[in-house]
Amino acid sequence: MNPPRLIPFETKHPRRDAASAPLSVRGLTVAYDNKPAIWDLDFDAPDQGLIAVIGPNGAGKSTMIKAILGLVPALAGDVLIFGQKLRRARQRIAYVPQRTSVDWDFPASAEDVVAMGLYGEIGWCRPVRKRHREAARAYLDRVGMADFAARQIGQLSGGQQQRVFLARALAQKAELYLMDEPFAGVDAATEHAIVDVMRDVRRDGATVICVHHDLQTVADYFDHALILNVRSVAAGPIHDVLTEDFLQSAYGGRLAATEIRAIAGIG
Amino acid sequence: MFGELLSILTFQAGYNTSVVLTGVIALGIGGGVIGVFSFLRKRALISDAISHATLPGIALAFLIGISFGGTGRNLALLMAGAALTGALGVLCVQWIRDHTRLPEDTAIGTVLSVFFGLGIVLLSHIQTLQAAGQAGLNSFLLGSTAALTAGEAELIGGASLATVLLALLLMKEFGAVAFDEGFAAAQGWRVARFDLAMLGLLLAIVAIGLKTVGLVLIIALVIIPPAAARFWTERLGRMVLLSGLFGGLAGWIGGSMSALLPDMPAGAVIVLAAAGIFTLSFLFAPSRGVLAWCARRIQLQFRTASMRGLLAMADGYLPPDRLSLRLARWRGYMDADAALTEKGQAAALDMSRQQRLWHTYRSRHPDAALAFNPLSGYRIEDVLSADMVASLDRETP
Repeated sequence: MNPPRLIPFETKHPRRDAASAPLSVRGLTVAYDNKPAIWDLDFDAPDQGLIAVIGPNGAGKSTMIKAILGLVPALAGDVLIFGQKLRRARQRIAYVPQRTSVDWDFPASAEDVVAMGLYGEIGWCRPVRKRHREAARAYLDRVGMADFAARQIGQLSGGQQQRVFLARALAQKAELYLMDEPFAGVDAATEHAIVDVMRDVRRDGATVICVHHDLQTVADYFDHALILNVRSVAAGPIHDVLTEDFLQSAYGGRLAATEIRAIAGIG
Repeated sequence: MFGELLSILTFQAGYNTSVVLTGVIALGIGGGVIGVFSFLRKRALISDAISHATLPGIALAFLIGISFGGTGRNLALLMAGAALTGALGVLCVQWIRDHTRLPEDTAIGTVLSVFFGLGIVLLSHIQTLQAAGQAGLNSFLLGSTAALTAGEAELIGGASLATVLLALLLMKEFGAVAFDEGFAAAQGWRVARFDLAMLGLLLAIVAIGLKTVGLVLIIALVIIPPAAARFWTERLGRMVLLSGLFGGLAGWIGGSMSALLPDMPAGAVIVLAAAGIFTLSFLFAPSRGVLAWCARRIQLQFRTASMRGLLAMADGYLPPDRLSLRLARWRGYMDADAALTEKGQAAALDMSRQQRLWHTYRSRHPDAALAFNPLSGYRIEDVLSADMVASLDRETP
């Protein structure tokens, strides 16, 4: 009897509409030292989706966002953005980092930070002009922060700082938004502002991928989800993904069985 | 002596002194402007590694100079040598930081001392050579303006201004990298290249300033002016402007003093002038300064005591602590028999009404209430609309 013939690996997870998918990840593997943070992740983001990335602490959610952006090196795998390599698609992505990742005592006003989102448009070594400042103020207005344009960023509340980051991402006029825990530690007004902005940019044709930690609200805010626990546990429309089985498999003992059933019941 | 100092300060003490002074001022401006970016990137200390790592380069350049029959005192050659080993020092620090688990301060300390040790060994070797001009090398340790020729001062001034222009051109990019490295990298910027550019400018200003300020103290020229400027402003552009101004001022004062007293090491005088500016900023800056901070603290203490006192009196109690008791007496809210005066009664009632209205506002509109600090002392009528106050009044028991 002949041994089985091997077929090309790419056929294992064929890319659907690779040319148009906002994000298509194949076999992404990331490790810190020798411990895998993400193992062999395949994921396709649906066009114009509001996609939550959920999973327990240490599941690799932030690492996934950073690896997609090339901020941490991947050991293996490839990432296509709108069918292109990252290098060619940078201008189409906006990144909202975790609020705690920067120095808020930096000498800058809210308007200065939002103007950073326009630097790509302004160009190297050119100054920020009046029209850029006006544009930055308009983006601040969209997140309800117009009154705080001149405020030093360290004097804003956590939620207000998050909204400044959001306005900066809007200024980049991107088609794919990658957000790292924008809802962490913010007030209700900011939470509403973030949700409104996500829906706005989706209406304008953009896709949002957002690391989210609050399972209670995930079904209200997002229409798709990726459950991650180093490996991909499940991905798809929110109601297909938020099931007792998948949540149990991702969170295990970290969520009480009643909590899991409650969330799955919503989902 | 005062008249002489005045004539130096006002550039009337002869061509040579004036050119040297101009060069030193330009150097101070350069150190101040470039220092802002290493300060904000939290890598200010790396300039110390750079400056100490220049010593072997200076010694080697001197040796090369005399082996070609010169005096070895060509400033441009010495600067080039300094820049070369200075760059080597920075690269060592970067390499240790990126390829081992050692933190940057350890890498800086190691590189700094090893290079400096090597430089001292070479320097003592040079001293045994009896070569012409070797004595001049000592001025690289603590700095001197006395030995500076007009031509050298022009070189120093011109090179400083060139580095300032480059730094201003990249101001927006350096700022973004220092504030949010991840965001810059996500846009496809090579953060490491911007860091190298910043370190290159830092290296340039160190190499330029070595002979004037000396390698032991030149770090002060790139740290103290930005640290002083930070007290005065919350905007990057103004900080760069102020830091350059402070550096230039320190160069002006220090350069003049050392022209007056040639035995005094120029570096030390310039650093002391900068320290004076720093102290004034640290004490008197309007919002970040120490005195302003103390004043705010005391004001807050008084406001708290006054609020607590009035609220206690509204409930029929004595003010709860010594400060609130005294305030109540000073303001005539209570008389010597601890009885509430008419004025006190009105004030206590008003305060308790304010507190109840704010309380209602916070429970009805928790998000909007975040904008108002409960200790700011605002009266609710002054910051909320009359309609809102009226509706709160109705809802407040």
